[in-house]
Amino acid sequence: MTDLNGKQEAVRNAIASLKDKPGALLPILHSVQDALGYIPAESIPEIAKALNLSRAEVHGVISFYHYFRETPPGKHTVHVCRAESCQAMGSKRLESHVKSKLGIDYHETTADGKFSLEPVYCLGLCARSPSMQIDDAVYGRVTDDRFDEIVNELETSL
Amino acid sequence: MSITVYVPSDSCAVSMGADQVAAAISKQAQNRGLEVNIVRNGSRGMYWLEPMVEVATAAGRVAYGPVQKSDVEGLFEADFLNGGAHELNLGLTEELDYFKRQQRLTFARVGITDPISLDDYIKHDGYRGLKNALAMNSADIVKHVTDSGLRGRGGAAFPTGIKWNTVLNTPAEQKYIICNADEGDSGTFSDRMIMEGDPFVLVEGMTIAGLGVGATQGYIYLRVEYPHAEETLNAAIAAAYEAGYLGDNILGSGHSFHLEVRIGAGAYVCGEETSLMESLEGKRGLVRFKPPLPAISGLFGKPTVVNNVISLASVPIILDKGGDYYRDFGMGRSRGTLPIQLSGNIKHPGLVESAFGLTLRELLYDFGGGSASGRPIRAVQVGGPLGSYMPESQFDTPLDYEAFSAIWAVLGHGGIVVFDDTVNMAEMARYSMEFCAVESCGKCTPCRIGSTRGTEVMDAIINGDNLSKNIPLLRDLCDTLLNGSLCALGGMTPYPVLSALNHFPEDFGGHDQANAA
Ligand SMILES: Cc1cc2nc3c(=O)[nH]c(=O)nc-3n(C[C@H](O)[C@H](O)[C@H](O)COP(=O)(O)O)c2cc1C
Ligand code: SF4
Ligand code: FES
Repeated sequence: MTDLNGKQEAVRNAIASLKDKPGALLPILHSVQDALGYIPAESIPEIAKALNLSRAEVHGVISFYHYFRETPPGKHTVHVCRAESCQAMGSKRLESHVKSKLGIDYHETTADGKFSLEPVYCLGLCARSPSMQIDDAVYGRVTDDRFDEIVNELETSL
Repeated sequence: MSITVYVPSDSCAVSMGADQVAAAISKQAQNRGLEVNIVRNGSRGMYWLEPMVEVATAAGRVAYGPVQKSDVEGLFEADFLNGGAHELNLGLTEELDYFKRQQRLTFARVGITDPISLDDYIKHDGYRGLKNALAMNSADIVKHVTDSGLRGRGGAAFPTGIKWNTVLNTPAEQKYIICNADEGDSGTFSDRMIMEGDPFVLVEGMTIAGLGVGATQGYIYLRVEYPHAEETLNAAIAAAYEAGYLGDNILGSGHSFHLEVRIGAGAYVCGEETSLMESLEGKRGLVRFKPPLPAISGLFGKPTVVNNVISLASVPIILDKGGDYYRDFGMGRSRGTLPIQLSGNIKHPGLVESAFGLTLRELLYDFGGGSASGRPIRAVQVGGPLGSYMPESQFDTPLDYEAFSAIWAVLGHGGIVVFDDTVNMAEMARYSMEFCAVESCGKCTPCRIGSTRGTEVMDAIINGDNLSKNIPLLRDLCDTLLNGSLCALGGMTPYPVLSALNHFPEDFGGHDQANAA
């Protein structure tokens, strides 16, 4: 299966290029997630072996960090800021709008696989709250309408 | 001759459309056969004007803002390339009141230079501190930092010189400099602005730190939420290596310093220095017991300086102009300048760098222009999610570490988040408990269990259930968190919770019950 081969290759590349760094585990996990969008369970034994760790240790690290995920994300990931500055500018309303527009809650992916929704605690864009990030793009002063526009544009480009 | 136009690449300006504006300017210029040199600078920090475009004219840089891509054609029509009149014309940038009233030491170049141009950095006094440091011995470098009175800008305000001295005096075959770039506090973005707007100043500061304490390896632990900063830092580091400012035998001095960016993975607690080191070592970010201090046994068990971005970025000017120069700014034991960040419900959000001593009221009204909504400002949270909520009666407190601790508040990283009178302070207290529960590293029970219990108790209070029992219970829980937690995540969650309860009891079901404890 090419998919499986692709995954294996990403994991092997990550291990080969990074395993000699001091404290290599986080860089390796980042590299795998950058390539695949998540860290597949099948990759854990290989990473553990390369770093001389137990599988439980690697799993423990993955699950400790909010950013790492063990399931594939949707095509686009929406990160909505939930922190105080954004709250002061109405992010709670925006959050409910986003949830109802996408029809999902945090940590979920739409049934058609197009969008995942994740909370984030500050994007450093607080001076233009409320803010969010979709994939690599950042947005300040997000209104319900602006959100709809952005999402509709992404939908049509899919 | 080509005209230089500045369009910020700062991510907050980008979040308001700066990339599209830059593209539109380039396209218009092409269509009109005009030669324009677009420099993607950092932000001057006047975010309500972003994207703020500047044009270099004979009289100085003329600002236009906030510019949207749909404004660009009109700007060309109005001859903005020669500073022409237009409704978005703000005049000379340096004459803008908000900007003019600041004292920019650490941020001297941010928004002015091309962040990733080493030439530009050097042209604007960059690397003068390092050159001085290379002519000194370690003890003298550390002495300058001690004399400057610089205290850590990451939150705890510990004197940087003392920390460096401990590392200097701890013998070891390997020492490390870690830059804490985990900036997780809501309402703070000055670290991000430095890294995106003047990354060389951080690289230089870390190199000086390495010389000062005898460390040859540095790590910048950067939060994953800052991909733009990662890009600029890596570009700056590559340029510094290329030109011999990093690596083996720096500028032929015989000294070496290596630097690498490491990316976090979305855990707030990894901003705590021992948790950060665990994370850098490739482990879960569990907080370590202290002692031993990181300065004695830190990363991989070696003596390690852990400093915040702003602390390290303040070092080059100290080594350039001397410790005394820096110390002469400020008040009391709070010396030098503090980059203050205004955000939340405020008309003019942005970055203000000034000597310690300004009051909150000056910042909120003179700089900030009052609330964005036009409603009364009811509360401000200073110092991030673990900072106290301050009511109007405390707005005359000067920015000074001791003045803040005297009223059970914290200055932290200098972030000020503003709320108008529509805020519900019981909801904010609940959020603080929930945040603690989400972000707890789990090592100690008061924090791990207490925050979950605290969230439940806040739910009951918000419901109006049995207030005479639940409010004392909340205070009791806070007391346990305050006294029983290993680190400040659990230990300071009571600051926002209790300050909300004490200053805004009417949001917790009325005055009487709230004070029944
Ligand atoms: C939960 C928690 C989070 C922290 N987050 C940060 C942070 O994001 N950046 C930072 O510089 N310091 C942070 N600190 C403070 C660091 O532990 C440490 O004091 C600081 O990095 C030392 O650098 P400084 O002396 O230059 O301030 C945090 C502390 C705690 C308890
Ligand atoms: S207070 Fe919380 S975050 Fe800090 S060490 Fe204890 S459990 Fe971990
Ligand atoms: S609080 Fe939302 S970006 Fe900082």
